[in-house]
Amino acid sequence: MAYNCVVLVKQVPDTTRITGEAMNPDGTVNRGALPAIFNPEDLNALELALDIKDKFGGKVTAITMGLPTASTVLKEALYRGADEAILVTDRRCAASDTLATSYILSCAVKKLDPDIILCGRQAIDGDTAQVGPQLAEKLGVAQITYVEKLLQLEEDRIAAKRSFGNGWQEVRGKLPVLLTVVEEANEPRVNVAHRMMKYKNAMSKADVEKQIRAENPDMDDEAFNNAVNAEVTKLENKGILIKQWDLDFLAADLQWCGRDGSPTKVHRIQSVVLAAKGAKDVEATDQGITDMVHELIEDNTIA
Amino acid sequence: MIQVNRSGEVWVFAEQREGDLEDVAIELLSKGRELADQLGVKLAAVLLGDKKAEGLTEKLGHFGADKVYLVVNPLLEHYQTNSYTKVIHDLIHKYEPQVFLCGATVCGRDLAPRVASATKAGLTADCTDLQIGDHEIRRTGEVHKDLLFQIRPAFGGNIIATIINYDRWPQMATVREGVMPMPEPDGNRKVEVVRDEAHLGTQDLALEIINQHIEEKKVNLKGARVIVTGGAGVGSKANFKKIWDLAHCLGAAPGATRAAVDLGFIDHDHQIGQTGTTVRPSLYIAVGVSGAVQHVAGMSDSKKIIAINKDPNAPIFKVAHYKIVGDLNQVVPRMIDSIREKV
Repeated sequence: MAYNCVVLVKQVPDTTRITGEAMNPDGTVNRGALPAIFNPEDLNALELALDIKDKFGGKVTAITMGLPTASTVLKEALYRGADEAILVTDRRCAASDTLATSYILSCAVKKLDPDIILCGRQAIDGDTAQVGPQLAEKLGVAQITYVEKLLQLEEDRIAAKRSFGNGWQEVRGKLPVLLTVVEEANEPRVNVAHRMMKYKNAMSKADVEKQIRAENPDMDDEAFNNAVNAEVTKLENKGILIKQWDLDFLAADLQWCGRDGSPTKVHRIQSVVLAAKGAKDVEATDQGITDMVHELIEDNTIA
Repeated sequence: MIQVNRSGEVWVFAEQREGDLEDVAIELLSKGRELADQLGVKLAAVLLGDKKAEGLTEKLGHFGADKVYLVVNPLLEHYQTNSYTKVIHDLIHKYEPQVFLCGATVCGRDLAPRVASATKAGLTADCTDLQIGDHEIRRTGEVHKDLLFQIRPAFGGNIIATIINYDRWPQMATVREGVMPMPEPDGNRKVEVVRDEAHLGTQDLALEIINQHIEEKKVNLKGARVIVTGGAGVGSKANFKKIWDLAHCLGAAPGATRAAVDLGFIDHDHQIGQTGTTVRPSLYIAVGVSGAVQHVAGMSDSKKIIAINKDPNAPIFKVAHYKIVGDLNQVVPRMIDSIREKV
């Protein structure tokens, strides 16, 4: 039996490379100063989906919700083996918290009627691990979080091993199911050369618009639209169009999207500034260390 | 979804396994007690399980709960996403708490988002602190009083965000293990038990648990009075023996930074920091630790911190009480000698 897999991916700032320059003076993060990358655990989710396709056949669709520039991660998904890529982008998605994000994504995923939905356990910009379970709830499907290994896939039954932090659990259930995948699950494959050749010019409608506008800054609206539509059709015929969906296309209820759909709000953001505590300098000599140890015994820090 | 209601209780999820309460549930009661007192409402624990769970109600009272909402059903023996979500969702709608806290454990991080989604409530993950405070919407001047400030590191620990939800309740948060102190039990405290029914059928158990294995943690970092942590600067697995030696002579637990774990010096159970355990011992000795924010987030509340590093500008010195600039290969053996002599 072949399986229809949908993988949710996210473009994230590489928070492991934050330096002083990436912080604005007001304490906020200057996302522009950080390289944008494929969220690491989403690569593990993609790998698991591709592995299922290799073994059982079927289809892998990668979806992301984000700014038009997020098409970069979709291209990477195509390079690695995804059959189709969908960009969910709309200005009205801005300021969505995890609840609103999961609602919007649920509208998109429902259109694809998948057997298995996969996502990384969490994204490194927020580390919340919330969107997966929230999406599963919105879709009304079972969830298996922290998946380390797929144990069995047979007809409509799935079994997986999940990590429990200090142990593991093996569970079995029926499809459709949503899996959140941890980094220990697998080693993501690298880009495939012939797929890079095929998809290197893959673009979304927003990418096309940007390109045509840059090349023809003075083109009037009608000519511009005609040019965009012609190029989009051309990409579609070549099989290298990244589909682009907005909230109208998804028929999303706007009260659950963006700022209105987000119950959590930011009260305040502070950058982490380590305030020096005025450390006592201890000489790295026998005397210095003995004195320190003595002091710690005196004040009962060392029993 | 429930409306903002000022008389709602503060609830904590009493995570249990086989009738044993998880530490994080007790930590939540300690923080929950403070919040409930500030708000002038009751603190309640939400306890689900089979018969084995019933014995926990008194203990929850001893650790600060005024009330326990107890739901006992054979189908609740093991934690399962769908069944637990359904029961808790029903309880929330029936009793309308204003705050609902879960531990940021694997179980809590599986459950809380599912409940929040079903309830259409806001949820903040992995909080390291919770406070009560007011929020003013600058645009309109409208003030929302006595909200739950949900404080958490974000962006890999580089910023601290305070999150609120003022228009849809309950205010939900998961809280990291180990960041709230464990309270002392008070055996005289009495607790009110409110029994509720679970309306469950086997269709609510979406998954079947085939097999599971839970290991006791090999190292108890949270309970340790003294921790000796090695970082990448220790250099090799062989040299990491110095960390173990220093830990042994102090009766301390050996800890490690993520970098040291990734380099294979020691296993992940020992990892301290944002992706490991959060600790607050009486004495923390950081050896060859540079002081990345992700690590500091997990140890900066230690009462005394000794940092040993070759680089005088290492960020770890900013949180240290004792600064030793020097080669750990000389400093650590000197410390061991000096401690053996004195103690």
